[in-house]
Amino acid sequence: MAAVKRPPLPVILVANDLLEGDVVFATADGWSRDPRQAKVAQDDAAAQALEAFAAREFLHARVVGATLVDVELRDGAPVPRHIREAIRALGPSTRPDLGKQADFQI
Amino acid sequence: MYRYDEFDERLVRERVAQFASQVARRIDGSLTDAEFLPLRLKNGLYLQLHSYMLRIAVPYGTLHARQLRQLARIADEYDRGYGHFTTRTNLQFNWSKLKDVPTVLGLLADVEMHCIQTSGNCIRNVTADHFAGVAHDEIEDPRPIAELIRQWSTLHPEFEWLGRKFKIAVSGATHDRAVVKSHDLGVRIVRDPASGETGYEILVGGGLGRTPFAAKVLREFLPREDLLAYLEAVLRVYNLEGRRDNKFKARLKILVHELGIEALRALVEEEFAHIDKARVNADPQEQARIAAYFAPPAYEDLPEVSRKLEDAQIRDPELARFVEHNLFRHKKRGYTAVTISLKPIGGTPGDITSEQMRAVADLAEKYSFDELRVTHAQNLVLPNVKLDDVAEVYEALKAHDLATANIGRITDIISCPGLDYCSLATARSIPIAQVLSHHFADPEKQKQIGEVSIKISGCINACGHHHVGNIGILGLEKKGVESYQITVGGDPSENYALGELLGPGVPAEYVPEAVDKVVSVYLAERQQGETFIETYRRIGLAPFKAAFKEIADVAA
Ligand code: HEM
Ligand code: SF4
Repeated sequence: MAAVKRPPLPVILVANDLLEGDVVFATADGWSRDPRQAKVAQDDAAAQALEAFAAREFLHARVVGATLVDVELRDGAPVPRHIREAIRALGPSTRPDLGKQADFQI
Repeated sequence: MYRYDEFDERLVRERVAQFASQVARRIDGSLTDAEFLPLRLKNGLYLQLHSYMLRIAVPYGTLHARQLRQLARIADEYDRGYGHFTTRTNLQFNWSKLKDVPTVLGLLADVEMHCIQTSGNCIRNVTADHFAGVAHDEIEDPRPIAELIRQWSTLHPEFEWLGRKFKIAVSGATHDRAVVKSHDLGVRIVRDPASGETGYEILVGGGLGRTPFAAKVLREFLPREDLLAYLEAVLRVYNLEGRRDNKFKARLKILVHELGIEALRALVEEEFAHIDKARVNADPQEQARIAAYFAPPAYEDLPEVSRKLEDAQIRDPELARFVEHNLFRHKKRGYTAVTISLKPIGGTPGDITSEQMRAVADLAEKYSFDELRVTHAQNLVLPNVKLDDVAEVYEALKAHDLATANIGRITDIISCPGLDYCSLATARSIPIAQVLSHHFADPEKQKQIGEVSIKISGCINACGHHHVGNIGILGLEKKGVESYQITVGGDPSENYALGELLGPGVPAEYVPEAVDKVVSVYLAERQQGETFIETYRRIGLAPFKAAFKEIADVAA
């Protein structure tokens, strides 16, 4: 398979939980719904490990649509750089009472 | 109101059971994602930015109270307490969970609803004039044929896997309120001037999206009895001749464009000549059975004018404003169709809470023979209200923040979900709608501006109909930032027109000022009694472009 194009580092792995549809973030030992728990890959090897994890979890029908997302670190927590992923990590910008921004008071 | 027969009931129940088993097999891993995707789409289930999204069909926009109450229950128990009405008169729930979907489909089946064919490459939910059956300018209620088409197209084996989605709209009035020309296929009920008989004008090849086209007339007059045979001929030709090599060129509009309407007509007529019409066309008894469901309710004989409403309006100027903007002339004396705006100032166009759904359901039962309509402009309609009852209906609506008096005004904005929900979006659209709504909130200002439509899409797919907005706004991404292109002159009516671009895209914060400029040109140039679109047609694009340039230059 041809090499997949990766976003610039650092990156996190974002997916949707198969059963719930919720946005989930790969952590050191599984998945979290809280974007601040996401494991940040700073180098190619770490990014590759996230990709391998994504492929495995997809095969085991736990998540769908897993993709690497480039982030910057703010107060030590990863924040997606692109607006689409930023909205995905927080919830609708028009409904602060819904989504992660409400669930985790981010 | 159409009621399911045993066949409909069994079909929907079987479909729920089938999808439940597909979900179970997806969860246990025996179906792969690639296998499951088309199956879930066939059941209206999308994966969006934050969650799954479930799209529920509201055939030809007609609902009754019991159904809206059930939707409220689903919103509360299985979603986040609200739903979103779309330009295709469907309802979307934004926070569905895959594991709950079979249960939700069961609850929908309990009230004769489903999600079948609300997605995927098949014949989609049929839409209609939202004043069907009650409009003063109607030749005939188009809903019996909409229902006939719904039955014919539901799980039609030949047309289950078309090259692309296929959208049908019907209208029975002289004034087009169903955006017929933006559909793959449009059916207009017309009267043959010679014989006085009613029949159908058939239009094909309309569409919005990245390559917008206005539908063209394929058949000027089709006798009533041949409707299904003719539609079958069109669909068959499309299914065989339409492109499948490129998703972006697979809609019927591209075939019409590439072949030309005359060549397409020849193919369709040839196919039509060979079709076994007796087999395909609905038998007249079945047609009569369906039509009977749409017989007018038991209207009372009432005077033309309601003294009660007139007196109430004198006492309450806000009610007077509501009457001026939200009422539509009914064909039956003493009645009116009341449009309920889902566009409160600063709200999300088309969103409705479960509590509001229940309130509207109660009103439909009490004041409108249990009937409701969904409009393509993302509003609701109580189609059968006595003029005498309007003041009471207004008070009840007001108590639930549903009495905004702005139908057809500049704050009655159509907007798709955009980047706040949609995974295909390139920019947000709801916040633009909200800012514009606040910007033009003043009722006096709205009255001064008069009839004008703003329509917003969050990407080139044009779910928010921006091409046919008098003022259209398209959200794109420019160098990683949201950017908005503005068009003017679009018209969804029988004077159908696609909007023309004013200039380069501008950042979100410049949009209100840009729209202000456009509106100011109109206000300065209009002649006595002219609406925005009439002035535009008379003076053309240039003055609007010039005014816009001042903003674009600052924004650049
Ligand atoms: C899950 C979210 C949605 C997805 C994935 C989606 C996808 C699309 C796509 C791909 C097109 C372009 C079709 C083409 O050009 O061939 C389209 C068109 C359209 N969609 Fe959506 N859409 C979504 C939500 C909506 C919503 C919320 C509405 C109503 C507000 C809507 C109504 C329409 C309409 C009216 C068109 C244009 C008519 C046409 O050319 O088909 N869609 N949609
Ligand atoms: S126009 Fe684009 S952003 Fe808006 S709902 Fe359609 S696909 Fe999504």
